[in-house]
Amino acid sequence: MPVERLLPTPESRDLIALVRDIADAELAPRADAAESSGEYPRELLRLLGRSGVLGLPYDEDFGGGGQPFQVYLQVIEELAARWATVGLSVSVHTLSCWPLVAVGTDEQRKRWLPDMIGGELLGAYCLSEPHAGSDAAALSTRAVRVGDDYVLKGTKAWITHGGLADFYTVFARTSDDGPRGISCFLVPADAAGLSFGTPEKKMGFTGSPTTLVHFDDVRLPAERRIGDEGAGFGLALQALDSGRLGVAAGATGLAQSALDVAVAYAKQREQFGQPIITHQGLGFLLADMAAAVEASRATYLVAAQRRDLGMSYRHQASVAKLIATDAAMKVTTDAVQVLGGSGYTRDYPVERYFREAKVMQIFEGTNQIQRLVIARSLERSE
Amino acid sequence: MKIVALVKHVPDAAADRTFNEADHTTDRTNVDGILSELDEYAVEAALKIAESGDAEVVALTMGPDAALDAVKRALQMGADSGAHVADDALHGSDAVATSAVLAAAIQKIGDVDLILTGMASTDGGMSVVPAMLAERLGLAHVGFVGELNVEAGSVRARRDADVTETVEAALPAIVSVTDQINEPRYPSFKGIMAAKKKPVETWSLADLGVDAGTVGLAAAWTTVETVTKRPERTQGEIVTDEGDGGAKLVEFLAGQKFV
Repeated sequence: MPVERLLPTPESRDLIALVRDIADAELAPRADAAESSGEYPRELLRLLGRSGVLGLPYDEDFGGGGQPFQVYLQVIEELAARWATVGLSVSVHTLSCWPLVAVGTDEQRKRWLPDMIGGELLGAYCLSEPHAGSDAAALSTRAVRVGDDYVLKGTKAWITHGGLADFYTVFARTSDDGPRGISCFLVPADAAGLSFGTPEKKMGFTGSPTTLVHFDDVRLPAERRIGDEGAGFGLALQALDSGRLGVAAGATGLAQSALDVAVAYAKQREQFGQPIITHQGLGFLLADMAAAVEASRATYLVAAQRRDLGMSYRHQASVAKLIATDAAMKVTTDAVQVLGGSGYTRDYPVERYFREAKVMQIFEGTNQIQRLVIARSLERSE
Repeated sequence: MKIVALVKHVPDAAADRTFNEADHTTDRTNVDGILSELDEYAVEAALKIAESGDAEVVALTMGPDAALDAVKRALQMGADSGAHVADDALHGSDAVATSAVLAAAIQKIGDVDLILTGMASTDGGMSVVPAMLAERLGLAHVGFVGELNVEAGSVRARRDADVTETVEAALPAIVSVTDQINEPRYPSFKGIMAAKKKPVETWSLADLGVDAGTVGLAAAWTTVETVTKRPERTQGEIVTDEGDGGAKLVEFLAGQKFV
């Protein structure tokens, strides 16, 4: 049964229907095989771009969908419910476009955004480094101004779409002034000096590559700097607030799918002469899973609605990321339990969901960092 | 150039389709309706021609209120306008009546150069309406087309019937296309938004000048007298391979007279 959604407009209902159509026909049937073979569905991202799904929260002037964040996130949830890799891929791509949308010049936007939002140019977001993960402000990749150019040197880590993306949104140090010394750059994939590590051998999300990205004196014209020099870290944090909501929505979709599989199985699997869902011990387990999924959705939607209303939402974004990804871990773990031995095999998708859920507690700010953000916001509150 | 794509609203073939108990007509109430998948190929073919030249595409349907959804889908895909023939008297119409009504609608649209249809509907599945329409309108008809090129004043089409042949026909003409001709697009979000502003005309039988007594169940040349539900699928036979799996499979197939 499709999730009954609270959507603000008739057009958003049409959008969700379109996304479901595409996700059911194009994503769901391919997910298992592609996750096994590690083949990234690049063509599907183009299809999503052509269908208008890659720039939903951005202005129609830039080729975007002009949709409120609460609608965009529900699209991510629908995609992730069919194929988590694609849901997160869209979230990462949207995040990679964000600095250009937010502070790019008209000329920069006109030049790059249509192809980014249209799905022809796939993005990657390069903030983390081998020694600057949770402490992102400690990043050491340098961008040195040389005449009309910048020269980038350093290594980024854990980059989704590494080696596959057409552009890299890179945060690099233009001065030693701590967080105020960081600037944002748009690096094309064919830049000389750009290279990639071997894809990480991951527990899940095997359908998309995650790599180191090396910048070995990559020379960029200054027109590829996005926003002012030194404004990068603020941009990175704002992008992360939105990105965390993307992860929360993706985690909710994943958990919803795990719940759906578990409920369907528990209805048809009989033990002691009756469907196992009617055994109270199992029924209560499913009830807790359903409650966790619905709480996740409600939590990310509240944060998104605050964003849509122009209210601060950093605290709520961290709450949503924490709640939804912890819930996804619990729900997918319990889904394996509901399916018993079958759940532990690759004949059913729940063992994959379980592996995919784990990283959601880690990326886009570990859940420990989310707690730190929340605790600091409590500390500062009046 | 003006192209009319015929679009039929049918019960979703993926759902459990039934007939109305009273008159054995297709049950359209208790099942989700969609644009017949086979008609999506006709819409796509029309849009491709329109994109490569200067043509407008009109999506035409006949059916109850819900049939408008088939037109809507075509508009979302990119058709320019729609026309919907709706009249209570049409209930239970057979192919003969359907072709008469559609012919009248096409004449009302006027100045049509090319009419594109699917190779069959996914509910009735008779594949006769395009030929009947051609007869009524006095136009050339090329059926089961897997490749289509529009040239000045004519169409060249690869017809995939028992043999494959390339046929040329002068415009105006009626062409039914197969599922080999293209890969129908998904509507885009922008297409969905734009479709809301596209013009759709709704016509009754009176608007088309068709006598209500010549259509509908009472005027149909054929009647469905009884309906039998497809038997439930039975549990298959599982052959366990104990070293003699191959022999057992052959034995089973021979028993069913397959080998």
